[in-house]
Amino acid sequence: MNAKERNGLTAVWDFFCSLKLTIILLILLAVFSIFGTVIQQNLQPAQYREIYGETTYQFLNSLQFFDMYHSWWFFGLLGFFSINLISCSIKRLPRVLKIVKNPVLTPDDTLYRTFSNLEEALVKTPAPEVRDRTAALLKREFSAPVITEKDGKIHLFAQKGAYARFGVYVTHLSILIIFIGAIIGSLWGFKAFVNIPEGKAANKVLLRSGATELPLDFAVRCDDFSVTYYPGTNRPKEFKSLLTILENGQPVSEQLTQRPIIVNDPLTYKGITFYQSSYGPAGDPVFNVRVRVRETGETRTYNIRQGQRVELPGGDFFRVAAFTPSFQEFGPAARLEVFPSSGPPRAFNVLQAHPEFDARRRGEFIFSLLDYQQSYYTGLQVNKDPGVWVVWAGCTLLILGSLIAFFLSHRRIWITIQPVGEKTGIKFGGTAHRNQPGFELFFDDFKKKLKKEISS
Amino acid sequence: MTSAQLFNFVTVAYFGAMVLFVVFLPTRSKQIALGATFLAYVGFAIHTVAIGLRWYESYQLPGGVGRAPLSNLYESVVFFAWTILLVYLLIDLKYKQRAVGAFVIPFAFLGMTWGQLRLDQSIDPLVPALQSNWLTYHVITCFLGYAAFAVACGVSIMYLIKEGKDGGESRSDSPAGGVLSLFPSTRILDDINYKAIMIGFPMLTLGIVTGAAWANYAWGTYWSWDPKETWSLIVWFIYAAFLHARFTRGWVGRKAAWLSIVGFGATIFCYLGVNLVLSGLHSYGGS
Repeated sequence: MNAKERNGLTAVWDFFCSLKLTIILLILLAVFSIFGTVIQQNLQPAQYREIYGETTYQFLNSLQFFDMYHSWWFFGLLGFFSINLISCSIKRLPRVLKIVKNPVLTPDDTLYRTFSNLEEALVKTPAPEVRDRTAALLKREFSAPVITEKDGKIHLFAQKGAYARFGVYVTHLSILIIFIGAIIGSLWGFKAFVNIPEGKAANKVLLRSGATELPLDFAVRCDDFSVTYYPGTNRPKEFKSLLTILENGQPVSEQLTQRPIIVNDPLTYKGITFYQSSYGPAGDPVFNVRVRVRETGETRTYNIRQGQRVELPGGDFFRVAAFTPSFQEFGPAARLEVFPSSGPPRAFNVLQAHPEFDARRRGEFIFSLLDYQQSYYTGLQVNKDPGVWVVWAGCTLLILGSLIAFFLSHRRIWITIQPVGEKTGIKFGGTAHRNQPGFELFFDDFKKKLKKEISS
Repeated sequence: MTSAQLFNFVTVAYFGAMVLFVVFLPTRSKQIALGATFLAYVGFAIHTVAIGLRWYESYQLPGGVGRAPLSNLYESVVFFAWTILLVYLLIDLKYKQRAVGAFVIPFAFLGMTWGQLRLDQSIDPLVPALQSNWLTYHVITCFLGYAAFAVACGVSIMYLIKEGKDGGESRSDSPAGGVLSLFPSTRILDDINYKAIMIGFPMLTLGIVTGAAWANYAWGTYWSWDPKETWSLIVWFIYAAFLHARFTRGWVGRKAAWLSIVGFGATIFCYLGVNLVLSGLHSYGGS
């Protein structure tokens, strides 16, 4: 490698280590992230064509703007960001390690001149005595010092909170750990869903990507699904499914038999988690309809499905043509059709909440909707994410690291004692790598105590 | 006495404090500054009681409605104003720079006014997705973060005004005269800006992490690039850039102040704009 190549390499290395690059990358990430919140993500191509027109659609699609957080260029930006983060840490970490592991034990005047907290004093107390008292004071008020005697001078060095310097690196590492967790999740995990009608079991789920089926090595049975509402409102209070996990047709355990799952309380089995996600009607409801003949008062009740034609007393027919669980503010309502043996069919509504309402129609028969049974399916989100614990570990480190980096500081005090003629000269200084004003207060106080301690 | 009445008193107190802080700037009267600070404390105390009362009231409603008052847009804006006062008073205790109040209290006053005049104040029961302890942790951490950013933004505006007027050369003791002489020195403003973001950033991080944990628990995905999530990350990127700018020559001072203001703009968009302009998982309940 010649000098020119080496210069080139150094330039590349310096480029990746630069904090300016970090700032620019963070701003770029922020700016590009905005696009994905303005352009709706993962719609159907037809929807995009409608919004943007063919040319703009083609252009944006070629740049993967419709799934931009998974586009090559967004991953590229994150990759760039990771490299920058790693390079910065590699460059700075050894220096920090050196500061912490091999502190300067014999400070010279040049070092002392760099301190903004600096003090000198001249006392009559002999040097060894000053040394012992100072060491004791440091141990009491700060931390135990390292004492080095060299060239007739006595140096004391004490430090506190050295680990505060590593907060930054913990934070950086945690971001990489979160990335690794996300990668593990996308490589070895899946996101799927399954709809299970009440009373039925499912042993495969539908993957969200590509909608292919994924067999499970166990089955999930939905024993019941229910929605409850806050009293007097249409506001749902709880969506609840009772699930049973089956292997070879048998429930696997007591706990996983008719286990209720609700929106914020999923079920996990063999690393696969089932979340209450949606619901819907499974098949047609069964209606319980009472018919009273107006003249005779004879009543008959029917259990019928929607569309099923049944015979009325006297030979006419009727059916439930349509149904809604909430008709305006009246609750469940059915639309009935009566087919007389001669003449056109007649259609009218009956309300479950008002069983005698139909009497006002003055028809030959009085119809009442007594009840209906609707069976449901439960919609479950089915996920496996082996990386999620790595992500949580990363998040914990991220918070710990940033708290350490922001709120703790590495504080150091140096003291040099040397005989000056009959007297003893003492020089001391200190620094903090963060929160200097706080350290200044401490140091001023320490200064007074030290002078008092050695002068008496 | 209902919580709604108390919140009206709070709004009035913040209005009084804001006016007094503004009057303080030209008059330089210590008494006025003291009165303003006193009103801010009184408002904050009533505010705390009112939030507690609304919490209690929710338990008095029929049908198991009781929950912490942190779940709809009105409650969030009231809580946001409370956290702004909390962070402001903490910073006031440490720095005693009364002029800062004139640039921070207006955020709290605006929030309270908007909430009291324009938003639906009914206590609605929680839909299933919101019935989680994560809600409380998520909302508290996010809004403490937002509040710290609000204070940082107010201070950054002061910084730019001060620096624009006397070229950044001033010290607090310089006889610059006029309103600006009451402003803390640019050095102190810069320091408060940094300290506020130092509080806000870990809080925002916690807010994002608790939100992710909750999403994972409720839906099975800790991150889905929903617009609200993405915007919180955008805010995080901006303040991360700000923090790194502190250690880079050429990025301190004015640029840092601008980053802080842009960051708060993004924060407000994340909080309100996403719900009003974009769509996603966070459409506030009831609206």
